[in-house]
Formats: sequence, structure tokens, C-alpha cells
Amino acid sequence: MDHNKKKSYLINAIAIVALYLVFFVLIQTKTMNNYFVGIAIMTCIMIIMAMSLNIVAGFLGEMALGHAGFMAIGAYSSASFSIALVDSGLPLPHLVILILAMIVGGIVAGIFGFLIGTPTLRLRGDYLGIVTIGFSEIIRIFFINFGPTGGAAGLKGITRLVNFNNVYWITILVAVLIFTLGRSKQGRAIISIREDEIASEAAGIPTTRYKVLAFSLAAFFAGIGGALYAHYQSFLEPSKFGFMFSIEMFVIVVLGGLGSLTGSIISAIVLTILPEMLRGFSEYRLLVYSLVLIIMMIFRPQGIFGRSEFSLTAFIESLIQRKNVKNSIGGGEAS
Amino acid sequence: MTVLSAKNITMQFGGLTAVDQFNLELDSNELVGLIGPNGAGKTTIFNMLTGVYVPTMGEIVLNDQSIIKKTPHDIVKLGASRTFQNIRLFKDLTAIENVKIAYHNFIEYNMIQGMFRTKKFWEGEKKAQIECMKLLEIFDMGEYADTLAKNLPYGQQRKLEIARALASDPKVLMLDEPAAGMNPNETAELMETIHFIRNKFDITVLLIEHDMKLVMGICERIIVVDYGKTIAEGTPDEIKNNPDVIRAYLGD
Repeated sequence: MDHNKKKSYLINAIAIVALYLVFFVLIQTKTMNNYFVGIAIMTCIMIIMAMSLNIVAGFLGEMALGHAGFMAIGAYSSASFSIALVDSGLPLPHLVILILAMIVGGIVAGIFGFLIGTPTLRLRGDYLGIVTIGFSEIIRIFFINFGPTGGAAGLKGITRLVNFNNVYWITILVAVLIFTLGRSKQGRAIISIREDEIASEAAGIPTTRYKVLAFSLAAFFAGIGGALYAHYQSFLEPSKFGFMFSIEMFVIVVLGGLGSLTGSIISAIVLTILPEMLRGFSEYRLLVYSLVLIIMMIFRPQGIFGRSEFSLTAFIESLIQRKNVKNSIGGGEAS
Repeated sequence: MTVLSAKNITMQFGGLTAVDQFNLELDSNELVGLIGPNGAGKTTIFNMLTGVYVPTMGEIVLNDQSIIKKTPHDIVKLGASRTFQNIRLFKDLTAIENVKIAYHNFIEYNMIQGMFRTKKFWEGEKKAQIECMKLLEIFDMGEYADTLAKNLPYGQQRKLEIARALASDPKVLMLDEPAAGMNPNETAELMETIHFIRNKFDITVLLIEHDMKLVMGICERIIVVDYGKTIAEGTPDEIKNNPDVIRAYLGD
């Protein structure tokens, strides 16, 4: 690890802690009421969902329109697990239950990602899109008819374990893990499939294995997002995980820039907060929302960041440099 | 010592026989040219040798192992890598990333170690950076390491593709029309490069080429195919004067 890497790690860590402290103060002083805290938590969950979808849509470059299905699997499996765990009466702290439930949700969703990915990833483009829609609909219909998880009436009685503190740090952890994944040899292999599958195979990359890996990982993180959602809402109904929800997540990823994780984060924040801000003029809400998307796609079709990442370190350095240039110009004039 | 051999390989697409009973023996450190008129089946032969197509009949042996029905990435591991007729680089990645992707099998850390950036990750990445940079420098491309592949000049893109093929440490390097679209100067430079890498890496090179100057200039042995059949084989001088070859190229 060289000096520059250490510096950028430090800057990012400071920024993360600073942001947390801002929220912490705002919540403690009640400047942010429960409504806003709720939006913040939902934003964090959507960030996880968008970033996990970006593994398939951005890194692997495949159209996956069934992300809500994996989220549903993660939500239901983790909720069932935590209900059982709480009922068993083991004296476990809330955070431990949440983490265990998240791991269960993630792994179950990951297994389904593997099972669904293995046969379907032979397809490409629109065809894969259609098949993934089909699978997520199957999952939704399954939960509507599945008695043990409440069926269409929904799953009640989930302990509410998620608050802003834990969801914030979990989101940071997931973001860091997906980010480092993209910069590891496995991430490079997945990205090379997006760039050119034939060349990637000719370069010695086992493409099928990496496609399934990307798909399962995306499902795993979607499962974690689903687990957080379940333990925040404390109530699950299958209709939430419909086709439109998958599309919503896909829109976030496309708007942020396919392959750009920071883009996904920014656009998840914007697209979760925007509909809430527009509640004031509710009848025009969807109109404005759609207009924003249309304008965005006309003027910046590659998304907010395209494929590049926003780097806080580089941003700060450019600010300092600009200041130095200004100073030197000023000095020149004075002499 | 024979590195790669193909015995009676045949490829049929429906009723069309693209390659008919083709035989090939490549010794170590040889530089062999594969030529023939358009549509003669040269690229089909390449695709069979690299596992893209499975031959309808016949046997291909690479380093004493049969590679029939092996996937292309397994064949790369066994020591045969290739370039493409129309350049296939990872366009939106930098030159060094292109090479690192092919260096994949020599980097030793698993996904979890990569995601949590353990010591093994840093060691593996450092090694990859050093080795891939060495490879780029052999091709005088060190200055382009952080340039996106799509922004490289055409000649450099060709060179980068060869560098990428070499990153998987092959025994046999197959070049599919490496001089396509190059001007005479670039072709001359490429000839030197091919000669140089053959000696430097001690590998066997098999190349398809239309540029006769290049083929006649550097190949020690030339195989001529037409309508999927070998019609002549020999040194450049023998091929130049072979009546069958002249007929295939110029007609009766």
C-alpha cells in the first residue's frame, strides 16, 4: 500500500465519519424528525440495492430486471429467521440478531441467484431481461400463495431492528466491499466480460463461472438489502416486490451511470428523496419524476458519472490546486 | 519436439465442409505461416485450434493433451493463446488492465481476500502490476499503460493485443492477420516484433496473413490452404514457385 492510497483511505474515512456525525447530531437534536430519519433509512437500503444491481448491470453489462425478486427472498428468509430466533427466547442483542438475519437473507438470496443464474445466463440482452422479470414474478406469486409467510396478507410481527446508526454502517460496509470487488482480479474478470466476452474467453477467463459469480453476488447483496428492509418496515407484503420496483432500481443504476458505484449512490439518494420532496404537489409528482428522467437521458445518456467514479481525494486535490493557482496569479499581480 | 498437432481435423457447417482433413505439426520455437485465398478456411482452422469450434472429426493435441471439446479458456491455460482478425481489446479499460486480465491465472488471491484487501491482495496486485508493466515495456508501450485501449493508435492496439496474448504465458501464439490495416512501415515494425517475441519468449508462432511480404519475410515454413484443404507446404521459396499455389491465387 503506497502513500497516496493511504492518504485517500484516510480522507474517505474522515468524510464517512463526518457525515455520520452530522446525521447523529441532527437526529439527537431532533432537527430531523422520524419522517426524515425514515427517508434516510430507505435511502440507505436503496443504495445497497442499486449498488448490488450495478454488479450485474454495470460490471457484467447484462440486463437484469428481476432484482426485486432477490430482495423479496432476502427479506422473507431473514424475517422468518429472526422471528424464529426471537421466539426461541435466546438472549441475543438486537445487533447480533440483525447481522445473523442479514447473513441468512444474503445467503439464501445468493443461492437463488446461483440457481437462477446458471441456466439463464446463456441468454443475453433483452432475452435475459425478460427471463429475469419472469423469475421475479414467480417469486412474488410464490409469496402471495405461500401460507407460512402470511401469503397475500403479508408477514407481520418482525422485530424492528434497523435504525439509522446500524443501517448507515452496514451501507458503508456493503459499498466498500462492492467497490473493492470491482478493483480485484475477480472484478476485472467480470468487467472484461462486459467489454468483450469472446476476447475475455480467449484471454483465459472462465466466463460462465464469472457470470454466475457476478449474478450470485448481486443476489447476495440484494438479499442483505431485503433483510434490512424487512427489519425496518417490520411488515412484509408480496405486492411491494413487483415488477415496477425492479424497474425503479434499474432506473437508479442507469441514471447514476452503468458501472459507476458512486453514480449509483448519488442517484439512489436523488431518486429516493425526490418523490418525497414532490409530495406537496402530489398529482404532478410522477409527471415531474418522469420529466427529470427524460431530461437526464437526453442531456446525459451515459448517466451522471458515466463509467467513472467520483473520487473525493481527487476532488479535494483539484480544489487545493485551483487555490494555489489563484494565489500564484495574485502574487504575480502584486509584484 | 511437437508442441501442437492437428490430425485430419474436419469442420462441417451443415452440408458445407469448411475444412477438410487438415493436418498440422508445430515444433517448438517455429514460425509458421498459414495462407490461402479468401474463404479458404484459415480462420476456421484457428477457431478449431483455440476451442471456439469443436471439429466434426479429427484430433488436436497441445503439449501431449487432447484439446477436443475443451473450452477456449482451458486451452489458454494449456498454453495456446491468440489474437483476432478484427482487434478485440477491452476498449474502455486501460492498456495495463487489458494485460492484467490475461495475467489473471497467475494472480493468487481469492474473492474474499480481494474484497477485504488482505496482505495477499496487495502482494498479488503488486506482482501483476510489475509483470504486466514489464510486458508492455517489451513492446515499448510503457508510456501508454494508463491510456484507454480505444484511444491508442491502431498500430499500438495491434501490439497491445499481442502483449495481452503473451500475458497468459503461452507455448503457442496464434496471430490472426496481425498486419491487417497497417501501412508498410508499421508492417515492417511488426515483423521485427514478431521475430523478437519468438526468440525472447521462446514460443511457437502460427500466423495467418495476407501480406505476402510479411509472410515470406519471416516465416520459416508456410502452409497454403484452399477450399479447406492443404495444397502446399514448405519454405517460402518453395511456396513462391509452387504451381498449385499460383493457380489458387491467380486462377488458371
